[in-house]
Order: sequence, then structure tokens, then C-alpha cells
Amino acid sequence: MKQHTLSVIVEDKPGVLARVSAMFSNRGFNIHSLAVGPTHVDGRSHITLVVDAPELEQLKKQLHKLVNVIKVQELDTTEALESEVMILRVSCAPAGRGEVSDTASLFGARMTDLSQNSMTFEVSGTPNHLASFVDHMKPYGIVDMVKSGRVALKKLSDVSPSLVGGNSQ
Amino acid sequence: MTNKPFTGSNSLLLSLEYEGVEVIFGVPGGAILPAYDPLLDSPIRHVLARHEQGAGHMAEGYAMATGRVGVTMATSGPGATNLITPLQNAKMDSTPLVAITGQVGTSAIGSDAFQEAYTTGLAMHCTKHSYLVTDADDIPNVIHEAFHLAATGRPGPVLIDIPKDVLNAETEWYEPTLAGLPGYNPTTDGHPRQIRAAVEMIEAASQPVLYVGGGVIKASASPELFEFAEAMNAPVVTTLMARGAFPDSHRLHLGMPGMHGAYTATTAIQNADVLVSLGARFDDRVTGKVDAFAPNAKIIHVDVDPAEIGKVREADVPVVGDARNVLRAMNERVRTLRETTPAPARDAWFAQLDSWATSHPYSYDQAADGPIKAQYFIERLHSLTNGNAVIVAGVGQHQMWASQFWSFAEPDNWVNSGGLGTMGFAVPAAVGAKTARPNDLVFALDGDGCFQMTFQELITAAVEDIPVKVAVFNNGGYGMVKQWQNLFYGGRISASDLGTAVPDYPKLAEAMGCVAFRVTHPDEVDVTIEKALAVTDRPVVIEVVVDPDEMCFPMVPAGGSNDDVVMGPEEL
Repeated sequence: MKQHTLSVIVEDKPGVLARVSAMFSNRGFNIHSLAVGPTHVDGRSHITLVVDAPELEQLKKQLHKLVNVIKVQELDTTEALESEVMILRVSCAPAGRGEVSDTASLFGARMTDLSQNSMTFEVSGTPNHLASFVDHMKPYGIVDMVKSGRVALKKLSDVSPSLVGGNSQ
Repeated sequence: MTNKPFTGSNSLLLSLEYEGVEVIFGVPGGAILPAYDPLLDSPIRHVLARHEQGAGHMAEGYAMATGRVGVTMATSGPGATNLITPLQNAKMDSTPLVAITGQVGTSAIGSDAFQEAYTTGLAMHCTKHSYLVTDADDIPNVIHEAFHLAATGRPGPVLIDIPKDVLNAETEWYEPTLAGLPGYNPTTDGHPRQIRAAVEMIEAASQPVLYVGGGVIKASASPELFEFAEAMNAPVVTTLMARGAFPDSHRLHLGMPGMHGAYTATTAIQNADVLVSLGARFDDRVTGKVDAFAPNAKIIHVDVDPAEIGKVREADVPVVGDARNVLRAMNERVRTLRETTPAPARDAWFAQLDSWATSHPYSYDQAADGPIKAQYFIERLHSLTNGNAVIVAGVGQHQMWASQFWSFAEPDNWVNSGGLGTMGFAVPAAVGAKTARPNDLVFALDGDGCFQMTFQELITAAVEDIPVKVAVFNNGGYGMVKQWQNLFYGGRISASDLGTAVPDYPKLAEAMGCVAFRVTHPDEVDVTIEKALAVTDRPVVIEVVVDPDEMCFPMVPAGGSNDDVVMGPEEL
């Protein structure tokens, strides 16, 4: 099944998230990732959903029928600014810290916790960026990992996301 | 009277009065008790149902017979769960309904308190919207929003759950607004370009069919439909939910399409080159096998709910809008068009339709000696009342026969459970319809299976002075289930026999305060109907003992193509 990213603006009221997520579970679609947070407008929340579904036309219309839903938008990866946050812990003896740190810094990851046998990093970026970070940390032994839901906004420029993030420094 | 504080309950009742509510169908209980106290002093009538499901269907019957919002009230827990069936029924048939339920006190929510249920959660999927009120100050706005949501756009049920402490809290009433609905903006006017495209497509069609659904009734668009059909010289079919939207006697009316519809109506759609859906939703009972439905037709789909368009069948000309507004706009264009161009004659199409109607009419055989056929009783009732009645049906064979053999002249005179197919709908819905229209004859045509699900609401009718009439077609079983078992399960009759010995319907009806008759012979049908019509001060029940072997035809077997309409058992 195809993965779709949906951006849904809703009223910030109790029960709204349940109504939105139920729309997917009712049809047997899995929600791959979910992020909810306030917007710059009082009383409005932004829900970003990544769902596995064959097609979303009918579902978008049904979402829009929910009284508390204000706007529904499907975001194509090529036209979206997407970001996720991850906290990742790798096992690491004191002697190996230098190498792990060097690798992590290539991804812009920030060390947030250090123990005798592990290092913990926080990293944010596109889903690809995070996936690549995970790949490079795997050899050291990932002990624990948590990832936020994806947040996304529609891009207004024609520039591709890799160019926007990559060479700005 | 002491100076009692003004509470959430007072605010609720005042809000209901503000919305113009004249009657609430309900059952009291612990959590909703505070609301029942000010009800005593309110001008709003309360009809005490014997079961919350009955109360809900009464509110639906009220709404369907008037177009106004029906109101039902129940307590928490079992009161609320008993309302689930009417809520889903109203959702499927787009009936405007407001349900108010009591809830356990705010601090007890989620503690498995006595008579607690997660009502808004349960209602989430069987309402258009639902509210849990946590602050008594919200009541005026919430009630106002609920009535607005129930009645506008695509109508539907709205539930308001109010914890007992909120009903008891001191508050103030204020003039409500709709400011709390920023995401709700139904499109009611069709896009002019789409309307022009639709009119041009219909005008150019050689075999058009206007496929009229319940949306035309909800939008009170019958006069507009009448003008449009005549001006376009286009034949009309009316779905189960649209019976009465266009007069059955009109030369352009082909009848009801679908699984048990008129051969001509179903077959006309199959052969249409342009199919104009007006407030219909391509329900599976209409389409049969979707891939084989109207295979050569271009589709014009008019619906106030954008989610209906393209849901089942891709539309060539989608028009989002209220049926009345869209028909008005189309009529305006057609009026201009007719100044220069006469309506298309479509002689060949009408000759074909006439030939189908002649060769494949609805039919049944009434032997002079009996047994009585339900179809015969329905035709006699129509004749003896001149068709001046609100007809209410349950679900099953009797419902199909009522739709087939009652000739409807006007909208709002047909109340039945279409989408959900809720057996037991007829008796309570008739009570609701009669409450709304006390001066009209309200006649429920029910089956014995349906009747046994909700007959206790005849007690409500007798006690509350709501003199409905009910014909119970007694064939000793679940007739439609039996029909399927006979046709598709090799005649193995499993759990669909109810027997005819028990109950004794006249005795049962009399025990509930009704006047009762039993009719077993065709010769007695007229005189029994006349006797029943003569009783106007009490509810009446007629047990009509009918042929237990009669089957309902035409029929398109489930999942079959509408090209294969079966006219009788010999064709299967």
C-alpha cells in the first residue's frame, strides 16, 4: 500500500484527534506516524498523518465532513517540507566515543546524554536523513530509539528540499 | 415558588424552546433527571416512550413527516445505548435528529459509575456530530449548533451528552451564535458552469433518466423537480427514500428502481445514455452489481454532500449543491432555452419505456377465496382512503409491497427505514409522525416480525392519545428471510418461522389500549378497513392474515446485474 502524508487543520477541541484517527481505523488503514500540535492561530491544531492506504480521495472527503475539521491537504513528498525528530542511543565504550561522535556530527546530531557504555543523540530532519543516520549508527549497536511523528508543510518555492537544507551554511 | 437558581437544565429547556421544539420523545432516568424537572413547566410536550429505541424512531418519524428536526431524550448508560439504532438509522437516511442524553457526573466519568457508558464514543460513528458538554455556560451555543448541524447541508443526527452536574450547575442563558463552527460550511448552490453543462447534457440525451433520491425530499424540492422533469421531458425514477417526491400517477414516472423495484425503472437506468442523480447515493439496493449498472450512461451527480460524488460511480458532471437550489438554477436555464427550443420529444425512448411498462407491470394473484395478499390489502387501503395518508413501513417484504403498490402523490407521506433496514421501525415512527400531524391519517403497514420488535410503543400511542393505525401483515415469519432461504438456500427454513398461534394480535392490541380487528378473507378487507378508519380516538391494529408463501417480485438477486431482473420464482 502507498504511503500518503496528510496535513489536517482542525479545531483544538477534545475528541477531534479520535474522530480523525477513527476515520482510518474504520477502514482498516494503518496510521504510520502522527503528529499533533498548535498552529500560529489560537484554537487551531495541525495534525500531520502518514498513512498506508490505497487511495485517499474518498477518505479526504470524509475527513472534511467532520465538523471540527477545517482543512485537509494531501502532501506529495516532492512538494512538502517534512521533518522528524529522533532520539537514539548507541552502545559505546569510552574508547569509541570519538568515532561515534564524528559520525553523528555529520548528521547534525547533538549529544544529549552520556553514560559509561552509551551515547544518546538527538537529531532532526527529513525522513531520509533520519533513516540514513540510523543506518550509520547500526554498526555501533542501537540500544534504544524513539522518533516523533512527521510534521509537514506545503512548500511554496520550487527549490527541492535537499537544496534548501543542505548548503545553507 | 421558591427562588430556585437557574441551572443547566433550565438553560437546556430554554434553548430547546428557542429552537422551536414542540415535542420531545424520551424516557427519563437518573442522569437526565434534572432536565425532566423544568420540562414540567415548559410548553414543550413530552411523549413518554416505552423504550429509548422507540423514542428515537418516534423522533425520526416526526422529522420525516415534517422536515423539522426531531428531538429525543434519554438517560445515561442503557438509555444512551438504546438510542444507537435510531441514531444510525437517522444517519443512513439523513434524517435531522437531535438526541440529548444524560451522563454521570463529570468527576465520575471513566470510573465505571452506575449507568455509565462512553456515549460520545459510541455515538461517534452513528451521528453527524456529537458533543460532551462540560460547562453549563456552553449549553445555549451547543444546542443551537446541534440544531443547525442536524438540519442543514446533508441533514443527520447530532447527539449532546450532558453530565448530571452540568445540568445542575448554575448558569445563565444567552442568545446563541454559530461562531463555534468554523469548519462547517456546506456548499448549497451548484456551480453555474456545472449547471449549464448538466442542462446541455440532458437536453442532448436521447435516453435520459432522472434518478431521484431522498435528497429531493430533504430539500423540499418536489415542485422544482416537477417543473424540471416536464420542461426536459425526461422520465423519472424515485428511490425508496424518494417515494412521493414526484407523483406516481405522472406520465413521466417509471416507479422505484432497484432490487425490488419496477422493471421499467430499473431497466430504463440500464439503458440510459444520461443518468441524472438528484440527491441519490447509488446505494447497492439500487445499483445491483456496480460494474454492470447503467453501463452506457454519462452520470450527472447532484448532491449536497461532496463525499457522495464519485463514491460509488465516477460522475461526468459533478454538482455539489442542495437539490432545490440546483434544480431552481437548472429550471432558470431551461426556461430561457424553451423560449426558442421546444422540449425534445424522445418518441422512441418513451415508446420503449411504455412497452416495458406494459409487458412487465407489478403483479400479484389475489384468489377470491384467499389467502389475502398484502398487496391487495395495500391497494384497497389506497382506494378507500383516496391515498390521503402518511404511510409508515417497517423493513422487509411488506415494506417493498407498500412502496410498490401505494401510489404516492406528495412528498413527506412516506416514512420508512431505508439505508439501515431497521426492523421494528414502523410502530414508533408512526407514533412520531402522528404526533407531528395529528389531523392526518397515519397508517403503519407492518410485518409480524417487525411488529414483535417494537409493538410496546402502541401503549405510548394509547396513553398519550396518538391514534395511529397499524396493519400487521401476519405471514407467520420473517418473510424476506424466508424468501431468500427458499430461493437461495434450497428451501431450508432456518429460524425464520414465527408461527401464527402466538401472539393473539387482537388480544395483544386490546391489552395495550387499541381497538383491534383480524381479517382473514379477501371479502372482509374493505369492511375491516372502513371500520378501522371510523375509529379516530384510539390507536387501531388490524391483523391481516396473509399468504405465508407469497414472495416479493420483481427481484434482482443480491450482487447480480440489474440487466437480470427476475419477475417471478419461475425465472430463477
